[in-house]
Amino acid sequence: MENYVNIFISAIFTKNLALSLFLGMCTFLAVSKNVKTAMGLGVAVTVIQAITVPANNLLFQYLLKPGALSWTGIESLAEQDLMFVGLICYIGVIAAMVQILEMALDKYFPALFNALGIFLPLITVNCAILGGTLLMVEEKMNFGESVVYGFSSGMGWALAIVCLAGIREKMKYSDVPAGLRGLGITFITVGLMALAFQTFSVIKF
Amino acid sequence: MAEPTPKQILLDPLINKNPIALQILGLCSALAVTVKLETTLVMAIAVTLVTGCSSAAISVIRSEIPSSIRIIVQMTIIASMVIMVDQILQAFTPELSRQLSVFVGLIITNCIVMGRAEAFAMKNGPLLSFMDGIGNGLGYGFILILVGCFRELLGSGKLFGMNILTPATEGGWYQTNGLMLIAPSAFFLIGLIIWVIRTIKPEQVEAE
Repeated sequence: MENYVNIFISAIFTKNLALSLFLGMCTFLAVSKNVKTAMGLGVAVTVIQAITVPANNLLFQYLLKPGALSWTGIESLAEQDLMFVGLICYIGVIAAMVQILEMALDKYFPALFNALGIFLPLITVNCAILGGTLLMVEEKMNFGESVVYGFSSGMGWALAIVCLAGIREKMKYSDVPAGLRGLGITFITVGLMALAFQTFSVIKF
Repeated sequence: MAEPTPKQILLDPLINKNPIALQILGLCSALAVTVKLETTLVMAIAVTLVTGCSSAAISVIRSEIPSSIRIIVQMTIIASMVIMVDQILQAFTPELSRQLSVFVGLIITNCIVMGRAEAFAMKNGPLLSFMDGIGNGLGYGFILILVGCFRELLGSGKLFGMNILTPATEGGWYQTNGLMLIAPSAFFLIGLIIWVIRTIKPEQVEAE
């Protein structure tokens, strides 16, 4: 139990996908102009992350890692190491999941589907999603841990983008030097936010 | 508008249409790998090659791809290129590969590769697409290397692991700047680089 709490806290604060690992930056900077859309995207990322990380964990454990195929009982497969096709498999799962989720939402929750709109397909190429999976593989998590990690890392990302959008909304009223306007000042803001998040890194359980 | 020449396509993304500073593409890896110049250089080369090759490959089969599944097709092509790069790095430079960890894999979702495939390679011939890919890769590499230089020089007084400014801890005079070693510094540096570029080229300034 303690282990799970630890993963939960560290995925949101100390190893925040956006602010300490800098994943999903492109969308992070491009879609943070107002809080409402940022919120929508944050929810979408959390949902996809919570589904794909455990799914890819199963794939990793029962298909890809060295000796993973031993459950088939076929001798020649038992030693097989399929890690090198990992990237294609993971991205395939992510693309497929996004597509399925899109269709399911369209059919059963049209309101949510309309709210998320264009963001759903964009999530396929959000590095936060693939990054979450790759980090999970690197840490060799088990299934339970991956469920917690998937959900909480998505939440951490959502938290970060909502915060940034809040700051950017207020910043419309500030007098920023011409060359820094827009993208430049956003970079510096994110830098300061990341610096602030670094203080969380001393949290240990 | 006149048809752009291959040279323009190759050189434009360096400053005029820089993928990082203007198009907001491919930032994720730009920040995490720039602590040392060595990893930065490897990453820049890898991205340039992957972008060039995958743009060319996608452009060759662009008329055969049904538009409804084009994203998955593009992804598969890009992912195979990245796997090749990853395997080569693991085989020849295991130490570097370990330092770059997940970021080589993340080239797949680097928006530069995908963005150029979607915006340019789907509409143009293989040669031009290759040029465009290489050009954008170089533009990305340019910013990356600039950031990497500053971070390694100011953060540990070194370039490529060799002492340039001897740090105080080793009997020299240079007090190392710890801020440069942690990731947020990359944001400040990129922000400042954007400022410089936009001061030189005022037409890039964003309207209110």
